[in-house]
Amino acid sequence: MDDSRPDALSNPMDGMDEVIKEFLVESNEGLDRFDRDLLKLEKDRSSRELLDSVFRAIHTIKGTGGVLGYEKLVAISHAGESVLSRMRDGSLLLSPEIATALLNMADALRRIVEQIADSGREGDTDCAGVLEKLNAVLNGTKPEPAPNPVRPSVEPKVPPRLGDILVTSNACKPDEVEAAAKLQQEGDPRLIGEVLVARGAARPEAVAESLKLQSDHRDVVSNTIRVDVALLDKVMNLVGELVLARNQVLQFTANQEDSGFLSTAQRLNLITTELQEGVMKTRMQPIGNVWNKLPRIVRDMSVGCGKRVEVEMEGADTELDKTIIEAIKDPLTHIIRNAVDHGIEMPEVRAAAGKSRAGHLVLRAFHEGGQVNIEISDDGAGIATEKLKARAIAKGLIIADHAERMSERELLNLAFAPGLSTAEQVSNISGRGVGMDVVKTNIEKIGGTVDLQSTRGKGTLLKIKIPLTLAIIPALIVTSGGERFAIPQVSLIELVRCEREQAAIENIHGAPVYRLRGNLLPLVACNRELHLDSQRCSESVNIVVLQAGDRQFGLVVDEINDTEEIVVKPLSKQLKSVACFAGATIMGDGQVALILDVLGLAQMARVLCELREQALTERATAASENTGERESWLLFRIGKEGRMAIPLSLVSRLEEFSAAKVERYAGREVMQYRDRIMPLVRLAEAQGYAGAAESELLQVVVYSAGGRSVGLVVDEILDITDEAAQVEQIQQVQTIQGAAVIQQRVTELLDVPALLAAQNLSGVEGARA
Amino acid sequence: MNRRRQLCTFFLQDLYFGVEVEKVQEVIRYQEMTRIPLAPEVIAGLINLRGQIVTAIDLRRQLELAARPAGQLPMNVVVRRDDGPISLLVDEIGDVVEVEEESFENPPDTLEARRRDFIRGVYKLKDKLLLLLETEKAVSVAGAHAA
Repeated sequence: MDDSRPDALSNPMDGMDEVIKEFLVESNEGLDRFDRDLLKLEKDRSSRELLDSVFRAIHTIKGTGGVLGYEKLVAISHAGESVLSRMRDGSLLLSPEIATALLNMADALRRIVEQIADSGREGDTDCAGVLEKLNAVLNGTKPEPAPNPVRPSVEPKVPPRLGDILVTSNACKPDEVEAAAKLQQEGDPRLIGEVLVARGAARPEAVAESLKLQSDHRDVVSNTIRVDVALLDKVMNLVGELVLARNQVLQFTANQEDSGFLSTAQRLNLITTELQEGVMKTRMQPIGNVWNKLPRIVRDMSVGCGKRVEVEMEGADTELDKTIIEAIKDPLTHIIRNAVDHGIEMPEVRAAAGKSRAGHLVLRAFHEGGQVNIEISDDGAGIATEKLKARAIAKGLIIADHAERMSERELLNLAFAPGLSTAEQVSNISGRGVGMDVVKTNIEKIGGTVDLQSTRGKGTLLKIKIPLTLAIIPALIVTSGGERFAIPQVSLIELVRCEREQAAIENIHGAPVYRLRGNLLPLVACNRELHLDSQRCSESVNIVVLQAGDRQFGLVVDEINDTEEIVVKPLSKQLKSVACFAGATIMGDGQVALILDVLGLAQMARVLCELREQALTERATAASENTGERESWLLFRIGKEGRMAIPLSLVSRLEEFSAAKVERYAGREVMQYRDRIMPLVRLAEAQGYAGAAESELLQVVVYSAGGRSVGLVVDEILDITDEAAQVEQIQQVQTIQGAAVIQQRVTELLDVPALLAAQNLSGVEGARA
Repeated sequence: MNRRRQLCTFFLQDLYFGVEVEKVQEVIRYQEMTRIPLAPEVIAGLINLRGQIVTAIDLRRQLELAARPAGQLPMNVVVRRDDGPISLLVDEIGDVVEVEEESFENPPDTLEARRRDFIRGVYKLKDKLLLLLETEKAVSVAGAHAA
């Protein structure tokens, strides 16, 4: 039927592809092992085992590559193998130069393997340089080149052939094995081991040992299989469905008496749980899979900048979900690069400081409280906070005065600010000013946290905490506009429920805010933001307080349901344009619910305008909070160009009144407000600013104290800001506390009590603390 | 030689459409749908297909036809894609029909361009015309409509 389909795809290479694919995967693994063990060998040059391992890796690539007809691959691995066999017979000792040449060889092989994966051919990668270096290594020591022709491997099959094992364990010379193999081909009925022993080429015990090795290898091969991740994901989906079906069955058991059915349901329950755990495990990978690449990076870098760095790893077998492993790969690499490039000093500097000449880089991973902790520490110079500070000030990220008051810890956190680097020179490795901020963002994206500690001259410690898995997260389920939504628990701070009657929800120029323990919390109405119908008008208001970046906001929803563990599933690419959803999940009843992307929602609702800048300002404010200075300010304009601010805590309401409502009493303007008489103060007049607009509507800032209110008439409400104000006294004005730069503009800070006293309204002031 | 191909057919308003059988993963009756706020309007919602979340595209809206009469529940034609299945909402499912390549003709030039994009061609059956759907186009969603 296939040939009747005009667009049916047929690929004659399919059968071949499998072999090549396997070869590619194996080669990549082999090369990774080669890198790893060669680096270990550099430290422990007497290790026979490591030397054998690197030899074996290259030998296998050469053998299989030869069978598949990849000439370049064979030529390069052959040259590398020659160097390694010289090392094995002791005529060559591993030096840093040789190691570099060998590592370069591995890179060249990797490039070729990549080419083969892409195009099926070796391509025209230029490998002359690599070969030349390897030959130089060979010739530099002894002129006699090791004759090591490509062995005519007949079967590149696992398990390895006995001859190969003997050769790699150095129990027998390659040409002896070849001679024996030739004898076999010519009709010698004896097994290869027997031939070798008879010829005196190998000791019987060496052959026996190799045979055992060979059968061990066979066992390993038969115990593991490769599985496509897509298949695992599919199985995982089905298990998720099974769990739902199980739950429904269990609900039925409640009104069933049949004991047979009950016990079957019970078994179904247990098996499903076990199955779910088992499938989850298949997705777990040891963090070592990512770490293994790091020593190589460290080596390349330290050689590049003339430093000496030793890498230690603890807990490399700590397991993490595959998706997380992938997500932390780049951040980890970046951190390591940073540590080597900026953290660890040159050997002379270290020696002068009384440290060992080689720097230590320690990677630790462990499970704790359902999370994975990764710690990366070095014993380098630590972070120069004063440099960070200077840089941050120069870049205008913080104000100088501010910086003076920041604690060491806050200063350290500046390292995560975008555009900062303390590296004196921009190297090709790091110091370009992108980096730590990206690391932080990436880790926060997967629900993790980063913490930085550093002691000058002692070193730096970076702690990362990440969830075990991304696939299943705890979430709060809410209902709004008749739809259910899941909100990831990590963004959730608290839930507030208040009666609509007494709800302390106020409006600042159309922007609703809620007073949460004295602080204003901007509110975002879920129904309005998501354009849902909101026919419901209940007695109470449900506010979900959420953390978006460094900022909090309240999401008003119709109903708060419950918290649940949900399985996160991605949305299809057709929905990429919708920023406020992070994915979807299937609920207990089989229905799909959307997962809210709190950051996306916050940005959409403009709670966050520019996330990063905001984060920085916030951090700066947080800094001043510690010194008791944090305050929110209400900014307004009086007259044509007067900018003033008063602490938001003094403002009880913002109102808009028609000018017609103004009445007069004792020569002063007053108005009826909440069944009382409220005196008005026209601030522009009171402060001597010209150009107050004669408008129909009065903007009134209501100030209340001791049960009395005063209305301050301003010309325009500008903003509410959390920006920490640095008060400066420029000129003595009775009703002004001082001036400050808020939002890059000079702003007068009004002294309300003093103003009221000047206006003979101090009676209102009475109760104010 | 007669080249034949099998098409899975369905109806949309008064139009008769077909999709190559090998592109269709399955055909299922109406599924409960979760609508997606702010999504482009051609996206009808998300359905749960045995644990997999599948985006459903309303072909009537995609082809700018009149809205489905109230009370009429659409059927799902789930098409296979490299990046996961997508469901196309149609009015009714027809048979799997075998068509001959000779009866194929390109869509007439008089067809409006924006409609033409969705129709790869026409098979002239004995009693009616069968339109071959351009699935690529049918599952694509133009940029952000989000408000």
